[in-house]
Amino acid sequence: MYRIESEDYSIRVEPYYAPQGSEIELFESAHRNGIPVLLKGPTGCGKTRFMEYMAWKLNLPLVTVACHDDLTASDLVGRYLIVGGETQWVDGPLARAVRVGGVCYLDEIVEARKDTTVVIHPLADNRRVLPVEKTGELLHAPDSFNLTISYNPGYQSVLKDLKQSTRQRFMSLEFDYPETELEQSILMHEAEVDQETASTLVRFGVMTRNLKGSGLEEGASTRLLVHAAKLIVFGIAPLDACNASITQTLTDDPEMLTAIREMASSLF
Amino acid sequence: MGRQLRAVQIEERLDELLGAVLSSRRTATGPAKKLCGLDREQQEFALHWAGVISKSNSEMAYQFVEHVSDAFCKMDTVGVTKWIIEAMDVYDRQGLYPGSASLREVKTFADRLSQKKYSVPFEDVVGILNKYVKGVSGRDLEIRSDAQAWTDTETIYLPAAFKRFDSERLNFQLYKATGAFLLAQTRYGTFRVDPETGVPFVCAAIAKFQDPARALHIFESVEHLRLLSCMRAELPGLVRQMGELSASTDSNLQVKERPELLAAIRRPDSEVMDSIRIVNELYHQNIDLPASVCYQGIVDLEKVRLVTRKRVDKEKEKFRSELAKLAESLTRPDENGDEERGQVNVTLLTDEDESGEFDMTLTLDGQPVIPAEDMVQTAKSIIQDFGEIPEEYLVPAGDSRYRKDQQADEELPDENKKGKEDVIYYDEWDYRRRHYRKNWCELKELDMHPSNEKAVEDILIKYSHLVRDIRKSFEALRGDNKMLRRQTNGDDIDIDAIVESYPDIHKGNEFTDRLFIKSGRHERNLAVVFMVDLSGSTKGWINDAERESLVLLSEALETLGDRYAIYGFSGMTRKRCELYRIKTFEEPYDGLVKARIAGIKPQDYTRMGVIIRHLTRKLIEVDARTRVLITISDGKPDDYDGYRGEYGIEDTRQALMEAKYAGIHPFCITIDSQAHDYLPHMYGHVNYTVVSDVRGLPLKVSDIYRKLTT
Repeated sequence: MYRIESEDYSIRVEPYYAPQGSEIELFESAHRNGIPVLLKGPTGCGKTRFMEYMAWKLNLPLVTVACHDDLTASDLVGRYLIVGGETQWVDGPLARAVRVGGVCYLDEIVEARKDTTVVIHPLADNRRVLPVEKTGELLHAPDSFNLTISYNPGYQSVLKDLKQSTRQRFMSLEFDYPETELEQSILMHEAEVDQETASTLVRFGVMTRNLKGSGLEEGASTRLLVHAAKLIVFGIAPLDACNASITQTLTDDPEMLTAIREMASSLF
Repeated sequence: MGRQLRAVQIEERLDELLGAVLSSRRTATGPAKKLCGLDREQQEFALHWAGVISKSNSEMAYQFVEHVSDAFCKMDTVGVTKWIIEAMDVYDRQGLYPGSASLREVKTFADRLSQKKYSVPFEDVVGILNKYVKGVSGRDLEIRSDAQAWTDTETIYLPAAFKRFDSERLNFQLYKATGAFLLAQTRYGTFRVDPETGVPFVCAAIAKFQDPARALHIFESVEHLRLLSCMRAELPGLVRQMGELSASTDSNLQVKERPELLAAIRRPDSEVMDSIRIVNELYHQNIDLPASVCYQGIVDLEKVRLVTRKRVDKEKEKFRSELAKLAESLTRPDENGDEERGQVNVTLLTDEDESGEFDMTLTLDGQPVIPAEDMVQTAKSIIQDFGEIPEEYLVPAGDSRYRKDQQADEELPDENKKGKEDVIYYDEWDYRRRHYRKNWCELKELDMHPSNEKAVEDILIKYSHLVRDIRKSFEALRGDNKMLRRQTNGDDIDIDAIVESYPDIHKGNEFTDRLFIKSGRHERNLAVVFMVDLSGSTKGWINDAERESLVLLSEALETLGDRYAIYGFSGMTRKRCELYRIKTFEEPYDGLVKARIAGIKPQDYTRMGVIIRHLTRKLIEVDARTRVLITISDGKPDDYDGYRGEYGIEDTRQALMEAKYAGIHPFCITIDSQAHDYLPHMYGHVNYTVVSDVRGLPLKVSDIYRKLTT
């Protein structure tokens, strides 16, 4: 059996995280009570950062799996490998997290195949076990184990919807882009940008979010605003920074590009 | 090119070219002198053309050399060439006199050219401005073209073209600045309403003056300054650009006596009352009326007054009846006390932060209530008018349960008595009773009357380049890669399979040959029904767009191999709901289907609930893993017998909910710009798309379908 170096997954430096509401207390309570957590929210609003912060705060190793549409159950649970003519079992990330009692974060769970999401079911209710079919093992999750999944409800695809049988095992935390002032202070902290630029960037972000559903699929995320702020601090002219890191990233539609560019030039 | 030609040299060559029309009284000396001023390249150009023109007519050539140097002053070589060609055209068609007149009118031509060259037409910018205004303000303000730039607080009117500047960029900037300035008028309360009279303060104030025109003029200038101060705080870049456009933003209002007056409107939090106070002072001063700035537009107080009046009344009623509804839902427990609502104590806190995010806290008798999105929107609009929600709005009033539509049922005659046998009955949801009305709607399935199939071919030709693109992008979808495990051949070794067969290998048994991974096609197990709105309101453009959308979509779906059906719907009253078969699941996409698509034409009303229920039933019968119901519509559900407003929306919502329980994914594509008000309620926030431009519909529908099903 492989030894798991859980040290590799632990977070040693406190990640910067500014809470939007009571999500930290809620997560802590869920963790103490063995309730798995579902993070909902648009891209780039701080879900992954929140997980890093919580793992640090609870002093637990964090195993993150970015789900994709070819992710199979054995990618999560583990598989046999052939080593020197012998087969040897290797834990997948989920089994690893269960064994060490860490936090397993399945990012963008809807991207995974539907049959994959089913393997987390026994872990996500009061049984808290992970059956490993191939070895015949039944892994019992220690109290410190936590399962968290994330998903973006804004997708307009009928194939990417979370089944009720999966959803109804989780406590849900809703994330959205932070309030104006909070977002401003996040920019100031993450990119070390001055207050005036931060507030202008946040206003730009709000303007693009106003266009969601009127030609834009998503407005600018906090992550994009941070990117722009970093470029500005580095000496790029604000309009160029916004154009490169936000406007062009959001859309390819020429009319929309012009409109967003004009919004930026109205602000700076 | 070498040095310029001297007058003598030019005259020599002109003599040669124009000999026929020269005489002792009319020599080439004059024109030659004029040509001296041009550079060598232009001289050669002129002489070359003089030669060319003289081949047609020497008099024309003479007129040309007379004016060509003038033409070079006003236009570049390309422009001059156009001027020559146009004049020669006129000569060819109309003869010498009009031809030479056309050569003489250098200035007119040059003006026309420059206007055409740099002018920016409204159609080119309206799409961008719509998005700009929506982004900056978060509101859906309509933008229309009109003779003047002005706003009535609900619509921004902009001229058909801007050609003030010699550059397209600047003319576009002028459009943007004008739009933004008019937006600022509504945003920063230029037309704030007096709660006591329901009339904007400014209308009343200006009317009091002896010379209202002068007062209005002063007001416009003062308000311009005030708005700039407000905007500077939020949109400093825009104000800077406006300054560049007008070359002066601040200086054009000269106040000789007490210039300190203006301090009040230089603050970003100034209000329209500050401006009005200043107008009162300045009106009696002997000041020069400043010229208006290029992006300022005009203020039409009368129209503003009318529009405001109408809106204020409507919103007051709406807000209070919403409140009444909320109050009623709170006091529901006492069953029989219908009118025994009594006085409800309402408090309302609203808060708008600098980025325009709006918060509204409502308490009824001390109980916090969550207001509907609709109500929040109304509240926002009221605050735009008054700056707050006036006291009197907080009294619940009006009848929240309207009964008008009840009688409508009886009045309508039973048409269509014949052919009752193929009628299917459906229940309808009555949100007031919170119950279904049994067998309320009578639905008939009809065939769409086929028209000329050729119309479809025409559409395919019209969009031929697009059809190719669409096919390509859908083909890519079909080839959606999936890893197939345990194959007999493939690109990669399936470790799992090898590991499993290891014991067999060791023991020397025969082992499986399924040891490979292959990327293969993933079967799309999807069935979709398109439900197309054929109501009377789709007449014209929309109907054409629907037809074109269906043709492109069918092409795309044929490529993809998804099972699909298309139905049109319309009807009038619950007794006559009609569903038109355009393509069923079983039918192939053939000539008949094409002819039916070509035959689509607008009919009567939109009763959506019953149609959704019927198509839900049809979809369930299809064996597919994913079932989708896509509505293409132009507005709210609406029918003659009271199926409008909340009743229609609630029934449709209920029908959609039933569909969802049945495992169907409903989705709506609409061109109704008001759709944000009701579609989230009906379909859910992510299950609809608004296509703002009808002409964009054919392209968008396929695109949306692709996104939706991947």
